[in-house]
Amino acid sequence: MSDGAPIAGPRPREVIISVRGLKVGFGDHLVMDGLDLDLYRGEVLGFVGASGAGKSVLTRTILGLIHKQAGTIEVFGHNIDKLTPREHLEVGERWGVLFQEGALFSSLTVRQNIQAPMREHLHLSQSTLDGLAAQKLALVGLPPDTADKLPSELSGGMTKRVSLARALALDPEIVFLDEPTSGLDPISAGDFDDLIGTLQKTLGLTVFMVTHDLDSLFAICDRVAVLGHKKVIAAGPITELLVSDDPWLKSYFHGKRGVIRLSAGAERPAMTAGDDRSKNVGR
Amino acid sequence: MTTTPSVTREAAQDSVVLALGGTWTVASGRDLEAAGASLIAPDNDAKRVILDLSALQRMDTAGAWFIDRARVELTAAGATATYRGARSEYATLLQDAGYHRPEAPTRVPPPHGIALLSAVGETVHDSGVDFIDIVDYLGEIVVMFLRLAPKPWRWRWTSMVHHLEMFGLRSVPIIMLINFLVGAIVTQQGIFQLARFGASTYAVDLVGVLGLRELGVLMTSIMIAGRTGSAITAEIGSMKMREEIDALKVMALDPLEVLIIPRLVALVIALPILTFLADMAQVGGGLIVSWLYAGVTPQSFLLRLQNAIGINTFMVGLIKAPFMAVVIGLIASTEGMEVRGSAESLGRCVTSSVVKSIFMVIVMDGLFAMFFAAVSY
Repeated sequence: MSDGAPIAGPRPREVIISVRGLKVGFGDHLVMDGLDLDLYRGEVLGFVGASGAGKSVLTRTILGLIHKQAGTIEVFGHNIDKLTPREHLEVGERWGVLFQEGALFSSLTVRQNIQAPMREHLHLSQSTLDGLAAQKLALVGLPPDTADKLPSELSGGMTKRVSLARALALDPEIVFLDEPTSGLDPISAGDFDDLIGTLQKTLGLTVFMVTHDLDSLFAICDRVAVLGHKKVIAAGPITELLVSDDPWLKSYFHGKRGVIRLSAGAERPAMTAGDDRSKNVGR
Repeated sequence: MTTTPSVTREAAQDSVVLALGGTWTVASGRDLEAAGASLIAPDNDAKRVILDLSALQRMDTAGAWFIDRARVELTAAGATATYRGARSEYATLLQDAGYHRPEAPTRVPPPHGIALLSAVGETVHDSGVDFIDIVDYLGEIVVMFLRLAPKPWRWRWTSMVHHLEMFGLRSVPIIMLINFLVGAIVTQQGIFQLARFGASTYAVDLVGVLGLRELGVLMTSIMIAGRTGSAITAEIGSMKMREEIDALKVMALDPLEVLIIPRLVALVIALPILTFLADMAQVGGGLIVSWLYAGVTPQSFLLRLQNAIGINTFMVGLIKAPFMAVVIGLIASTEGMEVRGSAESLGRCVTSSVVKSIFMVIVMDGLFAMFFAAVSY
């Protein structure tokens, strides 16, 4: 099987998103100034930074939701400013987004929410749509009876899961996750990490994850990028960042809350997604 | 680079090998659906089915669902179905993103006739509950009002003045414009219709009595129900949605005292003033139209008007205004408190607040008309 199958591992790294010289601001206040960032195919990139440093702004800028003042953003090799309507549609099918607050359509049931991207982009029969929606629900670990609920009836954690199921509906190549594990209990957060890890390994999924969850960073992120001073101040495997001299990084990873993970971090990489993945699926 | 999903069937003595090829991804859409269906269709007679995945080029979760569905359904039909040659990551995917037989729906929807009856019953019941809610709320507000009355330092003066500006002052232009137009239209039609009896000057009496008794207060109340009632519902509703009301409650503050009484009082003060301005605007509209269409000079218009109306004509309209204000404020704030978590429910409550208060304003006006007729005022 050497026909370009999506297997994660060391091979020539294809840049799937490339951001160059990005400048974003609101009024006189610049949030990003000359920011460069690459996202490689098949990796899980953790994105960290102080609260209010502009992590969500960067995500939203890449997604084309915020106008930038300067710089270029290329997604799948297309400059997102020069997309034809057809390319725009294509890009929309190839990425999925989990918004911080879920952003589920409040007038649709959970099932209809998950089916919405499939219904709009593909021509599938209703029974297939129902089956695939049920599968996505099971995949994110929700019971089947969730399907008929409305978003207003869901708890915060369930909203996150449904939103992930919707982001995965079209089996995208990239998923953007904006704080996926915030507000989840540690067990659910661990399951979430496992699921992301499994999908990355089996589907070759590329993940762009904004997170404050140190456990997620250690467990599933191949690389971690740090946002500070309006730029990406460091990017690399977490082991490299741990030995960095940057004062902010030091206090981030070696502060009170980081120390515990650090000592546990030694054995943590051994038990990533592969070993305990069976427990996260509702099978 | 994308090839359509394919299935090749090879039959041996007692087993069937289904060799899968191509890309089994959701992007294939209909082709994937057809290939998935062909896996289950004609092979039911075989006792052993082997799903050969070694030639599979790509598979995603949707593909895994179709392939696993074949395995589960064939097994359920009495055959033994197994995978062969699956790459390790695909084996994981087939397990994690596999097929689950749908459970039979636990609830069967009732027949249409019964559903219709039940919907009607539910609506009637809800209206009853709504009415009780509003009366209950009115009671609470009266009690709160009486408790606050002797303690002027607990009144939210700033908030009240703010709402007086929002509900009163800012509504003046639109209220006066609308009532000016209504007065003008009524007079114009009066002149045309009464001219048949040679009584077109009686149009002055018409606009004077009708405008002051009924139309001034009615048009103003309807406008305020749409403009201010909806604003009150939306404000209180969005505060409810974002748990601001709960935050007030845990600080031991009563939302009734902090949010609703100031709005209600502002509305009760604003509406009579607006009604007075509306009356003036209607008479003004009548004056200009009678001058233009019937040649009645302003002096003779005012003289006729003086003969046509008494202070009671004017008071009938004005007395109704505070009652209308209470009805609008009460319905708007009750609906605001009804808002649940979603933006959709906010929209629904704002709509129903406006519809209910306009309905109630007109009903009240009718009741007042009967009352004033009975006491011959």
